Amino acid sequence: MSAKTAKNSSRAVKVDYLTRVEGEGAILVKLKGEQVQEVQLQIFEPPRLFEAFLRGRHYLETPDIVARICGICPVAYQMSAVHALERILGITVDPAVRLLRRLIYCGEWIESHALHVFMLHAPDFLGYPDAIRMAADHHGLVETALRLKKIGNQLMVVLGGREIHPISVTVGGFYKVPTKAELRVLVDDLVWARDTSLAAARTVAGLEFPEFEQDYEFVSLSHPDEYPLNEGLLVSNKGLDIDVSEFGDQFAEQHVRHSNALHCRLRERGGYLVGPLARFNLNFDKLPESAQQVARECGVTPPCRNPFRGIVVRAVELVFACEEALRLIAQYEPPLSPRASAPVRAGVGHAATEAPRGTLYHRYEIDERGLILNAQIVPPTAQNQKRMEEDLWQYVPQIAGLPLEKITARCEQAVRNYDPCISCATHFVRVERT
Amino acid sequence: MSSKKSKLAAADARPPATQARPAVAVFKFASCDGCQLSLLDAEDELLGVAEAIDIVYFPEATSVMLKGPYDIGLVEGSITTHHDAERIQQVRRQCRTLVTIGACATSGGIQALRNWKDVGGFVRMVYAQPDFIRTLKMSTPVAEHVPVDFELRGCPINKRQLLELISAMLAGRKPNIPTYSVCIECKRRANNCVAVARGEACLGPVTQAGCGALCPSFDRGCYGCFGPMESPNTASLTEQFRILGRGDEDIVRAFRSYSAWAWQFRQAGEECEKS
Repeated sequence: MSAKTAKNSSRAVKVDYLTRVEGEGAILVKLKGEQVQEVQLQIFEPPRLFEAFLRGRHYLETPDIVARICGICPVAYQMSAVHALERILGITVDPAVRLLRRLIYCGEWIESHALHVFMLHAPDFLGYPDAIRMAADHHGLVETALRLKKIGNQLMVVLGGREIHPISVTVGGFYKVPTKAELRVLVDDLVWARDTSLAAARTVAGLEFPEFEQDYEFVSLSHPDEYPLNEGLLVSNKGLDIDVSEFGDQFAEQHVRHSNALHCRLRERGGYLVGPLARFNLNFDKLPESAQQVARECGVTPPCRNPFRGIVVRAVELVFACEEALRLIAQYEPPLSPRASAPVRAGVGHAATEAPRGTLYHRYEIDERGLILNAQIVPPTAQNQKRMEEDLWQYVPQIAGLPLEKITARCEQAVRNYDPCISCATHFVRVERT
Repeated sequence: MSSKKSKLAAADARPPATQARPAVAVFKFASCDGCQLSLLDAEDELLGVAEAIDIVYFPEATSVMLKGPYDIGLVEGSITTHHDAERIQQVRRQCRTLVTIGACATSGGIQALRNWKDVGGFVRMVYAQPDFIRTLKMSTPVAEHVPVDFELRGCPINKRQLLELISAMLAGRKPNIPTYSVCIECKRRANNCVAVARGEACLGPVTQAGCGALCPSFDRGCYGCFGPMESPNTASLTEQFRILGRGDEDIVRAFRSYSAWAWQFRQAGEECEKS
């Protein structure tokens, strides 16, 4: 093709079925010459309408039901749900329960980040279609990934009974809590996992990253004493600083034709980014020393504005999750009672927690019998949707000179930077309320 | 290497059809991805399984997307759109053996709760522009659309059962998947019965085993995520729930969860509503 025809020709980058992500989505980028004319991240995952059928269910069923929104991050859904419902009922949980909740969340982060870093995203950088085929040349790397993932899963099994849709989490605490001995047996594995994550961070930092930086608005929870998981104010690098109950005042959802997931945007400033990069940039000083140190060694320090380096930041968060799990296990004393309860009362409650992929907001309204009147769930991928499209708008012109198949692969990689969870994204309601 | 080249390389590497490594495809319909994740969660076995079978279509895990026919198709998720109702027909035609994995594919899943409601109202509740949304009134299991060779229960499936199923298919034998109730597993674990000892509303007596009696082992009643066992006595359990002081609304909700559209649970819920 001559340079002249390339300048004027219309081309379409099409990914009909985005692979190595959770759920069903597609990418369409239309180019004229090297100019981007249209970008659509199309979500065709069928809607499952969770908020609708949550109505009329008993509040105690909620943690089990919302877990089913996502098989990769069920704990995140359970955590946001129990915190929101506890706000309605005025329940304050035992400090040991609070500790166990952080611990089970660490398990989910380890499992989810290990899956994404090594098995879903690394193949893009190393040129393989998947981790299994990558194992032919990088057997050690894939075995390491599987063992790391298993250690995260084991934490969830000990605390929650199983790795997918754990059954022990409930409003007020847990159905059953572990003994100290049951947690202590995990320590050796977690020490290995921490050391392996440190090494893995250095390995992935050596991958090749496109030069691509954006002036993002990063949004995440922020807590005065801890790297955020279950609690904190919702903050950003551009002045957002709110209690989670004000979410609806600051954020709005928009329904576009090409997506079964509503786009969420900041009312005043539009698209924003949630997830590891945002947490890292906004809470770097709350990371344990080992994680801060390895991040500096790897050349990622806040503000890191290159989304392709998200793979390094996820590895740094793996270090954090292992360190945090070890710290929590060392401190653990079982609570007197596995769960606290309170009489049912009508009300509205909000909560947000940090799912592996970013901030997950829930809002519930229940009646005096404890039945749900309204539910609203805003998952991280829905919030990142707009930002993913904006990244493609900005990134594609940089690579427009490449052959179409390479542009296509790079576009997929750019979307995978966000570890999108499309199954999650298709289940939320509009914010407009009377 | 670009991903396109990798795909071609993988296609070349595929053994000829005469070799014994069966081509396996994993398909997703309306679901949470948890059941297909169970395969990736078999961390100790995954690489071994990948040597025994040839995973040629599994979008959640690989960019290799080879066309059928496939020896084995694992199907996750229920049918909720016109497009998916057509797609499952194509999938069936491409798969020599078709197995549903999990409660969504086997019984319609949690999203089958729409089957008792006005789905248009549901869509209007969730989406600002309901006319953008194409969805069917019902969420239905795969077997309501095409013949299914085996159904693996669970929300999510148990990865041990998945590995047993794959092993059995490789060996050409019947999988050892028990159809008795959770009660049997509870007795084997020597759990105290949460229903008898504490009066918990436990669905264990009518729910198929497979989880290892997880909930009773964590001091709570079974909530039925493996769906109905073979020949469950739901009428008797309903009566027992009433004796324990549960109201009809609570009992209907108990049967109407992750396998609500399985006919045994559907019937139990509807009878309770009538009474």
